[in-house]
Amino acid sequence: MSISVPEKVWWKPIDKEEKIWLAIAIIWMVISFVWMPIYHYIGKQNPSSESYKAPREQFEQLMNDFVQKYQVKDANGAPVVINDIPVVHPPAGGDAYLVGAGWKWTPILELEKGKTYRIHLSSFDFQHGFSLYPLNINYMAIPGQDYVITVTPTTSGEFPILCNEFCGIGHHTMVGKLIVK
Amino acid sequence: MADQDFRTCSITGLKVHLPAANLIMANAVAAVVLLLIGGLAAAGVALTRLPSIHLLPADWFYRILTLHGLAMLIAWIIFFEMAGLYLGASVLLNARIAAPKMAWLQFILMVVGVLLIAAMVLTGQADVMFTSYPPLKAHPLYYLGVILFAVGALIGCFVFFGTLYKARKEGTYPHGSFPLVTFGLACAAMIAIATLLHGAAIYIPTLLWSLGLMGMDESAYRLVWWALGHSSQQINVAAMISVWYLVGTLSVGMKPISQKLCRTAFVLYVLFINVASEHHILVDPVFSNAHKIWNTGYVMHLAVLASMIHALAVPAGIEVALRKKGYTSGLFEWLKKAPWSNPAFSAIMLSIFGFGFMGGITGVTFGSEQVNITVHNTWRITGHFHATVVFGTTLAFMGVTYYVLPLIFRREVLGMGFAKLQPWFFGIGMLLQSGGMMLAGAYGIPRRHWDIVNFGGSPFSFAWDPTAYMWLGVFGIGALLATIGGAIYILVTVGTILFGKKLA
Repeated sequence: MSISVPEKVWWKPIDKEEKIWLAIAIIWMVISFVWMPIYHYIGKQNPSSESYKAPREQFEQLMNDFVQKYQVKDANGAPVVINDIPVVHPPAGGDAYLVGAGWKWTPILELEKGKTYRIHLSSFDFQHGFSLYPLNINYMAIPGQDYVITVTPTTSGEFPILCNEFCGIGHHTMVGKLIVK
Repeated sequence: MADQDFRTCSITGLKVHLPAANLIMANAVAAVVLLLIGGLAAAGVALTRLPSIHLLPADWFYRILTLHGLAMLIAWIIFFEMAGLYLGASVLLNARIAAPKMAWLQFILMVVGVLLIAAMVLTGQADVMFTSYPPLKAHPLYYLGVILFAVGALIGCFVFFGTLYKARKEGTYPHGSFPLVTFGLACAAMIAIATLLHGAAIYIPTLLWSLGLMGMDESAYRLVWWALGHSSQQINVAAMISVWYLVGTLSVGMKPISQKLCRTAFVLYVLFINVASEHHILVDPVFSNAHKIWNTGYVMHLAVLASMIHALAVPAGIEVALRKKGYTSGLFEWLKKAPWSNPAFSAIMLSIFGFGFMGGITGVTFGSEQVNITVHNTWRITGHFHATVVFGTTLAFMGVTYYVLPLIFRREVLGMGFAKLQPWFFGIGMLLQSGGMMLAGAYGIPRRHWDIVNFGGSPFSFAWDPTAYMWLGVFGIGALLATIGGAIYILVTVGTILFGKKLA
């Protein structure tokens, strides 16, 4: 019985059925364990571990320079904005900056299909959840941290970015956009 | 030993220490009251998340969601576990409870803690969600409430171990190892102590931070907070499995097929579950990949091994017990002839199914690096932990209540006809609700989100894959059934305690 004291010597060899089950479980565990690091090296979609401490002032400086330098211009040479948010075309293979702040994702990045970018993700206020629809790719944007995610877009189109970490009363309004050309 | 403090249970023959019984009743009643509060909050949250109803305004949605998490995941479950710990240490071992005054201090501190938390949340001074990630800041009294609650729970664990020590010293039970249920609860209490120390390590600095006395690092908070947040769910796992063994014994006379295997599995939980909580920070900056893989790959799988052992041992124990009753024809006669009309039995069977197949398997897969990128903070996560903590733990605790009522409250269960249906409403409801959440989440529906249709009027709003709405509908039907099941549970429990026929 499970609610009474067991017989004096209960450390006994286990039966065959239990041994088989235990062996299956252990083999499965070992495979799962080994597969995770292996896939980290052969897989193409992994969490990044490249990150740096980035106080807001420094990150803001880098981002402002980035927006100024690479903001998309229309036919008249005027900078392009969508819903008050600048559209920026980073150099292929270069760095791009994306910040969650004030319930907005800034700027709107315009990437090129097949080119690789280093996206620097951060936040200026609360913790935000970067969530790209419909691919369903999710990363944390944390204040004071520069999270570098290396991506190569494979599909062109316009993709919404929403916030999926609660960041205050305007959390549900926090939607942005990513463009792949 | 003052014998007038004891009564002998007419059903089990166990000697029940009356002060222990009072403590068990107080904690169980507090648990049920908080389940009611958390359940009402759950209804508010579910009715708001269904786009066709969208009941609450945004501020109250986030507030009620914060309350729902705290009332259910912390208050209902830990109050019930305190009752379980006192039962496992005192009643199962015929022992006096050690330091009953300290045990009452546990109860008072936890009640004061809950009242502070509820007051802060309901007055809008703690709109920070269950996780209270900084720099979101709540009123200092909110953090103080959590600390008082945790200190209370810590005292409860020490009273539990004190009672075990006393029982052994006074020889109140036949010489030998503890019964398996007590052993499992002891493992739960050990995990609880480790967890609550992590709680102190994060909530005390956070309290000081909210008072403006120190700084706060967001990433360090996430690391330490999850050592509390996830590990506390492992207290529930160990306690829930102990309840499976307890109800299995009381309902069908189940015996553990191998004491060695079952106990080893509990020890694996104690050793490996705490570090495994790092799967919450797999898509965080700061922590290296090697660190993440070690904790979520290696360490987590050793804890999963423990669950795999119970996945064989618990159903096998039940099968062997039923086959001994003569249900031996074919592979499944034992399952067909099992006492399905006993609500405690059907509750734990559904709980085993829900925890193992829905909660456990999704949990393990979500804890791998690559899958985690696609599930983090989506509704799939919420679906996963509703399968473990609600379908699994809560339903198991509901089941054992049908034994606690006659054995400890000494009342005949009122409305047994409804009670028999209760686990089915709740279990099938949770199956659909968690399943709906997980599948809607697979389409990207985020957790903790007030408006997935118009995004509060955001100019960037977009339309989801319509399939997501179908799963939202399944979620809604499940939530309705689970609410009915929860309401029956509360009516039966409260009705029995107040008006049930007294047992001699």
